[in-house]
This record gives sequence, structure tokens and C-alpha cells, in this order.
Amino acid sequence: MKSQGNGLRLYAILYLAFLYAPIFLLPIFSFNDGTIIAFPLKGFTTKWFAVMAEKGQLHQAVINSLIVAGSTAILATTLAIFAARASTRFEFKGKGAIMAMIMLPLVLPEIIVAMAILVILLQMGVGLGLTTIILGHTLICTPFAIAILSAAFQSLDKSLEEAAYDLGEGKFSTFRLIILPLVLPGIISSLLISFTISMDEFILAAFIGGTSPTLPVYIYSQLRFPKEIPVIMAVATCLVAVSIVLLIIAEYFRRRGVAKTGGKDSGGFL
Amino acid sequence: MTQRSNWGRLTRSPAFNGYALISPTALYALLLLAAPLATVVYLSFQTDGSGVREVIHQFTLRNYLEAWTDPIYRAIMQRSLFVSFMVTLATVVLAFPVAYFVSFHVAPNKKSLWLFLITIPFWTSYLVRVFLWKVILGYNGVINSGLKSIGLIDDPLTWINVNVGAIVMTLAHAYAPFAILPIFVALEKIDRSLLEAGRDLGESALMTFWRVTLPLAMPGVVGAVLIVFIPTVGDYVTPDIIGGGKIPLIANVIQKQLLAIDNMPLGSAVAVSAMLIVGVISAVFVLANARFLRVKK
Repeated sequence: MKSQGNGLRLYAILYLAFLYAPIFLLPIFSFNDGTIIAFPLKGFTTKWFAVMAEKGQLHQAVINSLIVAGSTAILATTLAIFAARASTRFEFKGKGAIMAMIMLPLVLPEIIVAMAILVILLQMGVGLGLTTIILGHTLICTPFAIAILSAAFQSLDKSLEEAAYDLGEGKFSTFRLIILPLVLPGIISSLLISFTISMDEFILAAFIGGTSPTLPVYIYSQLRFPKEIPVIMAVATCLVAVSIVLLIIAEYFRRRGVAKTGGKDSGGFL
Repeated sequence: MTQRSNWGRLTRSPAFNGYALISPTALYALLLLAAPLATVVYLSFQTDGSGVREVIHQFTLRNYLEAWTDPIYRAIMQRSLFVSFMVTLATVVLAFPVAYFVSFHVAPNKKSLWLFLITIPFWTSYLVRVFLWKVILGYNGVINSGLKSIGLIDDPLTWINVNVGAIVMTLAHAYAPFAILPIFVALEKIDRSLLEAGRDLGESALMTFWRVTLPLAMPGVVGAVLIVFIPTVGDYVTPDIIGGGKIPLIANVIQKQLLAIDNMPLGSAVAVSAMLIVGVISAVFVLANARFLRVKK
């Protein structure tokens, strides 16, 4: 049994190495003093990061992405609070079907979601831009936010809420005073995850963004130019670093939320 | 008075509260998902106009006829399905031991750390990760230049470059956590005393795994297969970047019809057809495994 565990451990570690291989290469080549992404390395430089600071288009794309990701995080989390609360606290007919529709973007190929939204926007004559990206991103981030928040709401003790009612608090003040503080870590975690997904999302942003590129759309447009690749590696290093930091904070809050409501940590976001 | 108390009773009922709470989110999904999908289905039966983004609202089956008979679409659809099959197989087979390890051999307080480590790469820019695989596997890429500089090869390996294998590899990497998590959840639910019972009754470790653990883990495996298979059929970025546009999959065809060729009805028909095929395959797969899914908790 023990030796079997060791064999599996080695396999799991190799598997993690495979998962992380591309991400480890990013910083290596973003500090490499050569225009071609290949070995042997040419020497250390920070010039790609300096070039990055001079690109106006890049800055605009970053600003666009921040606007989109910030708005998406707030909208998706708000919608998810409603759905997660409804599905964990109340029983009603058709709950399964309604939740299935809301969670559907999780399994639908993104190209289908992207084309469907694009088609209906074009048919209705709506102009494409950052607003339409926010609408689309909110749709695909909501299921992830629900997955996180359901775990937070699930482990809430119903008797706390009933105690508040008995002590004369109304529905909204009970929510504000009792429920909200307990699920707050889950909400923060959901905001951060939604922000990260939206920040990294490419297909929807490319389809329904019109002429307003987000950061991934900008990166994609630059991949065609070989001499831009090292700069893109530097940009990607920053993007991945920001994502990882946000994820670690999100995980911290998710765990704190689970601990706060007395639930058992089942691990993971999904 | 009675009206008011009825209203009071209604607003206190769980069903009313449930509907009221879920309505904003449900409405949003209805407007931004159900309605757009319905529009795609509707457009797939309409006629393409000659103007830019023009659609003539006239019922026709011609789009479906073209989508199903054109040999190019057929070949691309077959290739897409083949790629998805390979990715699903590779992902689930490679992921199972990892899920098993985390569930059975990791201390309970370390489990969420392992799961977190597994999911981090998944949350970081998909586009960047796909591009990095191109850089790694390319003709003058990291692997070839690395092997050359340490003198293992003289000429770059070509079998790792732009081909279906590279696409499968990249997708298998991207969807790995998707496969691990459902299997892990299923393994966690297994009552450990069942395994001991199996051993006590004289089964070998291998046979216990085969006859107890694996059947009980099947709901997770089925979930993993579906959650990898369905989205990968519609993957757009990987064939576009790794294949350099030379190995289009069905998503690239849909995108082209929609934007470059500007034939929304035909693009819609291809998309609806692809989803139908994926839906049928998924349904057959679930039915084939139905006996595992009925297992009581």
C-alpha cells in the first residue's frame, strides 16, 4: 500500500510539472535577451518590460480589460448571490431546470455562446463595444460564481437566521446582519475569480468587442508579428502573475468562508 | 383583510421566495443565452442575403443540406470529433491516477492545497498557454532548440510541430483540471469501509479497485468525459494558433462563415448541426453508463 502511494505521488508530481511547464517558460523568455523564443538563452535583460511601458495601444487594452473585468465581477457575483441563495435555501418546482439553464455556459463550447450573442446583437442592431463584452462575460462568469457561493450558502446554519427573525429582525436586516457577514469571504472569492476569468477571456471579447480590444484580444493581434513576441511574453508574464496573486487571495477567502460557516472543506472551486 | 393575509402567506412560502430570488439571474440567462441560442436556430432556417449581414426571412432547409453534404464540412466535423475523442481519452486516463492519489493518499488537511495547485494553471490565460505550446512544440521551438543545443539531435523534429497531435496535446493540457475535479469528488464519496470489506472477503487490491472503486467512481468519470468532450469540440483558439489555420476544426468554420464569409444562416446551421451531433454522442454515452449512475449514495 505504501509503495503504491509513493508511485502515485511521483506520477502526481510529474503531472503537476506538465501542468506548470508552459507557465514556467514565460518568465524565462520574457527576461531573455533575444528576439527568438528558443534555447540557448542569450542573456538577461529587462528591456522587453521597458518596451511594454511605451506602447499606448497596450495601455488602452489594459484599461479596457480592467473596466470589463471589474464590472463583470460585480454583476456576475450579484446575480450569483440571488441564484445561490435561492437554490440552497428554498425548494420550488422547476428549480433543477432553471439552475441547469443558468449553469449551461459552463459546458457549452464558448464559440457557440459567442456566436449566439453576436448574432442576436447584430439582429437587434446593438453597437458592439465594452458594454457588450461585459454582458457576455457576466453570463459565463455567473456559473463559476454560483459554484463558489453555493458552497458558502450551503453551510449556513438555518437556526441563526430563525433566531434573528424571532428577535424581531426583518428579512432584509437579517440578510444584512447575519447572512452577509458569514458569506462575505465567499463573495470576495467569487469577485476575484470572476475578475480573473473575465481578464483572461478571449473568444467572447474578440467576437462581441467590436473595435475595443481587451488585453487578450490585443495579445492575439500581436502574435502574428514575430518581432513583437518577446514583448508579448513580458505582457503575458505580468498577466499570469496578476492572475496567480488574485487566485491565491481568492483561495484564502474561500477557505476562510468555509471555516467561518463551520462547513467541511471539500477543496477546489468547482 | 383576507387579501392581505393571503398575500402574507404567499410571500412567506418557500416557493414564492425561491422564484422571487432566482428571477433576476434566470431572466439574465434567458435573455443572454436562451434567446440568442433560439435566434441561432431560427437563422439556420433562413436565407442568406447578398448585403452585409443581411438575412432574408424566408424558410429554407438549404443551409442544413449544405452543412451535411459538403465533403469539406464533413471532413472537418470528423476531424473535430476525432480530436475531441483523443483529448477526452488522454485527459481522463491521465487524470484518474492524480484524482485517486489526492483522494486516497493525501492527508485530509493537504487535499485542498493539492486541488488548488492543480487548478491554478487552468485559471491563467488560456490564450497565453496555447501560444506557449506553439512556442514549445514549434519547428524552432523550445524542445527542438533545447535538444539541439545539448547535442541530442541535429535536425529539428518535425513530428511534434503543427499537426493534430500537437492540437490534442495542447487541449489535453488545458482541460486537465476539468477531468480531475469530478473524478476526485466521486472518489471522495466512496465509503472506505466498502474497500476494507472487499479486502476482507479475500479480493486482491487490484480486484477491489476493479470491482468496487472503479464502478463507484464512474459517475465522476462520466462527468469528466462530458465536461471535456463537449467544450473541446467547439474549441477555436487551439486549432487557430497551433495549427496556424492549416488544420481548421468546426469552430473555425463557424467563425469564418459568420464573419469573413458573412453567411450567418449557413454558419448557424453548421453550429446547430455540431451541437446536435455532440448532444447525441453525449446522450448515448450517458445511457451506456446508466447502470453506474443509478448507484445509491
